[in-house]
Amino acid sequence: MCLAVPMKVIEINGSLGMGEVGGVKREINLMLLSDIKIGEYVIVHAGSAIQKLDEAEAEKTLSLLREMVEKTNYFPSELLCMNYQ
Amino acid sequence: MGLEGYRDAELTEKIVKLISKVDLPHKIKIMHVCGTHENSIGRFGIRSILPEHIELVAGPGCPVCVCPASDIDIAIEIALQEEVILATFGDMIRVPAKINTDKDKPNSSLQTAKSRGADVKIIYSPLDALKLAEKNPDKRVVFFSVGFETTAAGVASILYNNPPPNFSILSSHRLIPPPMELLLGIGDIQIDGFMLPGHVTTVIGMNPFKIFPEAYLMPTVAAGFEPVDILSAILNIAEQIKEEKASLVNQYTRAVKEDGNQKAISIMNDVFEEVSAYWRGIGRIPRSGLKLKEKYSKWDANRVFDTAHKSLCAGFDIHPSCSCHLIMAGKIYPPDCTLFSKKICNPDNPFGPCMVSIDGTCRIWHRYEGKT
Repeated sequence: MCLAVPMKVIEINGSLGMGEVGGVKREINLMLLSDIKIGEYVIVHAGSAIQKLDEAEAEKTLSLLREMVEKTNYFPSELLCMNYQ
Repeated sequence: MGLEGYRDAELTEKIVKLISKVDLPHKIKIMHVCGTHENSIGRFGIRSILPEHIELVAGPGCPVCVCPASDIDIAIEIALQEEVILATFGDMIRVPAKINTDKDKPNSSLQTAKSRGADVKIIYSPLDALKLAEKNPDKRVVFFSVGFETTAAGVASILYNNPPPNFSILSSHRLIPPPMELLLGIGDIQIDGFMLPGHVTTVIGMNPFKIFPEAYLMPTVAAGFEPVDILSAILNIAEQIKEEKASLVNQYTRAVKEDGNQKAISIMNDVFEEVSAYWRGIGRIPRSGLKLKEKYSKWDANRVFDTAHKSLCAGFDIHPSCSCHLIMAGKIYPPDCTLFSKKICNPDNPFGPCMVSIDGTCRIWHRYEGKT
């Protein structure tokens, strides 16, 4: 019951909307959010959208992590074992 | 939205490599408190790729599991009344009510109440319960409402918008920070860091968790649910331990804002007040449950059906041979329980609450063959 899924908002009717993920559509409660627009992504938990997903933040976290792992120096012996280096 | 990068195998491998390189002073144990985290950990085999000196344990993150038998008894009693439809999440149907130690007498549950004539409906969302009330004006529709802050926010929004008079909720909502604090007072659990539940944190923000680094010197990191989210949180906690630091870190910034969802928080504060509440297998914890405020009492099933006096008694809700209380406190893992995945306790025939719910640690370990 606690599983939350990111959904794309495809319809808005007042405080209710329609969310879509992987071709599955579901009515969602939008009462907990302000200024939601069609096309935005939200996290839906038990039928309620609890927050907008921030696409820019998603990218930023990933690029920070990538930068961090690339900066780290592996030992030469390990470098030889790691085919992605 | 492109979240594929959070499952990227190469990045995952590199983070695991960094985790194994952190020079830790001792073996460490990181606790998460979320059924969805446990599901991701099992699904992606996270434990199997961690170095042996880093342990990842599940705490009380399953709201169905911690719902006390006494609350199920009240729900059954209401469900058996005339002209009542009791709506709840599917997982709640099979959770045992008060434990019966007499083997000849089966334990009751909402499922057995159904066979005795109660009108119990399984729903996916609290909105479905509201619709049932609108479609059945001659019936009293009670939503048996369990869940942490994530579910409570959605329920609060329905009550805030003046639902019909034949609708009410039986609140068994619980809050996550209080049991985390309680567990830190139990010496033999020895937790070294907390991974915060991403969606509870999405709703209430980071502030309610400040106490963990500040008062308990506990590295505390909010994490999402993809492999890169979970592993980068583990890396951060391990580095904090190495550096003898304790900070509150948000690694799930695409969903979690420092102050959470302010609209959700203000609606929840308008509708609910914090009360002392009983947790199955754990006990009574101050300010860990949610009750409807007086101005919303006409939608409070405890008031409508006059049940308040009955919820004081906790009852007997973990069978002596069941280890759910130890599993929920993170003291043991499911395979340590002698009943786990045996004929007596499996998803088709669950004995304890942790095998009933899809968020239950035993159910998840059974699904992934105990290999998590």
